[in-house]
Amino acid sequence: MLRYEMVCVGAGPAGLAAAVEAAKNGVQVVVYDENDRPGGQLFKQIHKFFGSKEHRAMERGFNIGSSFLNEARELGVEVSLNSVVLGIYENGALNVMIGDRIENIRGQKVLVATGASENMIPFPGWTLPGVIGAGAAQTMANIHGIRPGSSILMVGSGNVGVIVSYQMLQAGCRVAAVIDAAPKIGGYAVHAAKIARFGVPFFMSHTIKAAHGKDRVEGATIIEVDENWNPIAGTDKQVDVDTICIAVGLNPMTQLLRMAGCKTVYVPVLGGRVPAHDLDQETSIKGIYVAGDVSGIEEASTAIIEGRIAGLAIAHSLGYLDEQSFIGQRNEQLKSMVGLRSGSHGESRGKAKAYLNATMKR
Amino acid sequence: MAGDSSKTGFLSDEELDKGLGIPSEARRRKGAVAVLECLEDIPCNPCEASCKVGAIEVGEDITTPPRLYEDKCVGCRTCVPICPGQAIFIIDESLPDDNATIEMPYEYRPLPEEGEVVVALDRAGKEIGEATVSAVRKTKKMDQTATVIIEVPREWSMKARAIRLKR
Amino acid sequence: MRIEQHPILGEFEKGPQVQFTFDGKTMQGFEGEPIAIALRSSGVLIHRYTARKNEPRGMFCAIGRCTDCIMVVNGMPNIRTCVEPLKAGMVVQTQKGKGPAGSSE
Repeated sequence: MLRYEMVCVGAGPAGLAAAVEAAKNGVQVVVYDENDRPGGQLFKQIHKFFGSKEHRAMERGFNIGSSFLNEARELGVEVSLNSVVLGIYENGALNVMIGDRIENIRGQKVLVATGASENMIPFPGWTLPGVIGAGAAQTMANIHGIRPGSSILMVGSGNVGVIVSYQMLQAGCRVAAVIDAAPKIGGYAVHAAKIARFGVPFFMSHTIKAAHGKDRVEGATIIEVDENWNPIAGTDKQVDVDTICIAVGLNPMTQLLRMAGCKTVYVPVLGGRVPAHDLDQETSIKGIYVAGDVSGIEEASTAIIEGRIAGLAIAHSLGYLDEQSFIGQRNEQLKSMVGLRSGSHGESRGKAKAYLNATMKR
Repeated sequence: MAGDSSKTGFLSDEELDKGLGIPSEARRRKGAVAVLECLEDIPCNPCEASCKVGAIEVGEDITTPPRLYEDKCVGCRTCVPICPGQAIFIIDESLPDDNATIEMPYEYRPLPEEGEVVVALDRAGKEIGEATVSAVRKTKKMDQTATVIIEVPREWSMKARAIRLKR
Repeated sequence: MRIEQHPILGEFEKGPQVQFTFDGKTMQGFEGEPIAIALRSSGVLIHRYTARKNEPRGMFCAIGRCTDCIMVVNGMPNIRTCVEPLKAGMVVQTQKGKGPAGSSE
C-alpha cells in the first residue's frame, strides 16, 4: 500500500491550487486525475478572467493552468494521470485504477476536487448526432482544434452558454441563436454584449421543442414559453442549424463523497446536493476536504481560493503550519473571496455557502 | 434603440445614458476618451488598476461598476485590451470633416489591415455602413486581444461597436 | 472542420498525420488525437446504432463520460472514441448495438 500525507482527487483549478498550497508548506502530495491531461476545464477557458489582480484577472484560463502545473512540478507534487479514484473508505483508504491496474492508497488527508458534470434537458431528437454538451463544443474547438459544426444553436444563456457561443464565433462557426427558458439572460451582460454585437440574437423565454434530422441534426424548432414555463401554441420558430449545444447548468460530482459517508445538503443555487463543509473546507468526515465545483457550482476563481484554503488547512492539520500563520493566511483568502461572492451574480452563492458552513455546526 | 439588455444582450441608448462610464459629448469633441460600457455589478477591476491617470474608479467593492472621470482621461488606450468583458472603447470626435475614430477590441482572425474598408456593426450586430480601418494594434502585452481603430462619420461614434470584414 | 488559425491559441500542436480505416474506408487523422476528433474533422458524426431501436448516436460529452461515442476499434467493442488516442493503422468500425460478440479479451 502506498502512503501519502495528502491525496488530491482531481487536477483542476481547485485540486492544483490545494496541492500547490500544501506542498509549499512541506506536505507530500499526490494528485490523481482520470484524464490524460491535467488542468480540468482550465485549458478550455481561453477568455480573460474577471476579478482583480489577486484573482489573476486579465489572465486567460489556459495560462493560469500552465502556471499552476509548473508550480506543482517545481514543488515536487506528484500528478498521476489516467488515474481513476474508484472509492474512498475509512481512515483515508482509497482504490485507484491507474491504467489497467488497481492500487490501494492511504492518504492522511484527502481532498476531493472532482468538479461537476453537465446537466441535460431531454427533447424530441436530443439523441441525434449533432446534439452536444457545451463543454464538448469547448473541448473540440479549444483543445483539439476542430469546429463542432458550422451553424450552432446554444440552449442556455448562463455564463457557459454565452462564453462558449463567443468561443464558437472565434472558432469560425456561426451562432444562429442563444435561447433560454428564463426571461432574462443568465450570464454576465458584457459576455452577452460581446456576441450580440457580432449579430447573435437572443431568444429569452424560449425553449427547444425538437431537433430535426434523420441521422444527424438538420435543424431545430424553438418555442416561446409563458411565465409558468408552458409552451405558447403558435410561437414555433425554425432554426437552421447542424449543431445544438446544451448549456443548462452543472451538477456537482459528489459520488465519492457520498460513498465515504459525508453529510450532504440540498442547495439548489449551488447546483443540487452538495457536501456540508466548514470554513476550512473540511467535510463532516474528519480528514476529507472539498474544494471547487464539487462543493457547489461557482467559477474557476472561487475554486482556486477554496483549493488554497483546503491546502492551508491540510498543511496546518498535519503540523506543517502553526495556528497563527494558518489563521492569517486563511483569512486573507477568505477576504479575497468576498468580492467574488457579491453583486447580483455572486451574492446568492455567498449566502448559500454561509448556509452550508452553518450546517456543520448542528 | 429602446430595449432591455437583459433580454436582447446589448445595451440600449437609454440604458447607456444611465451609465457612469460614458463621457459627455463635449468631452468627446475634445479628443480621445474612454467609453466604459459596463453597467453591471460583476466582480472585476482591471480597468481601474490599469489606468495610470486615475480616470477610472471601481473602489474597494470590486462589484461596483466603473466610473469614468472624463476630465482626467487622456485617451491612452491602455484599458481597451485589458477589459476581460471587452466593454471599453476609445472614441475621438475631434477629427476634421465631422469624422470620428472608434477603437475596439478584436479577438478574431484574420485581422483587418490598415486602410481596409470593413462593415461597421452596431451593438445589435446590425450593419450601419462602411468604415475604413485606420490602425490595428497588436502587441505581446495585449495577450492576443488586438484592437482595431476605424474612422466613421461622427454620428456613428456612439453606435458602431464591431466590424465585419468584407473578404 | 479543422481550425487553421485560432485567434487566441494560434496553431494546434498535433502529432504526425496517420492513416486509419473507418468502416473499410481509408481516412486521415493526427496521431494521439482522440479517434472521434479525427472522424468529426472528416464529417463523420454517427458512431454507433443502439441495440433495441437501431438509432444513431454520436459524440456528446467529448470527455469520456457519457459513452455515447463508443465504437469497435481493432475488433474491441465499447471503446470511448472521444478519449481513445488515434494510432496509425487503426481499424475503426461503427458499432451495432453491443458490438461483435466474443471479441472482448
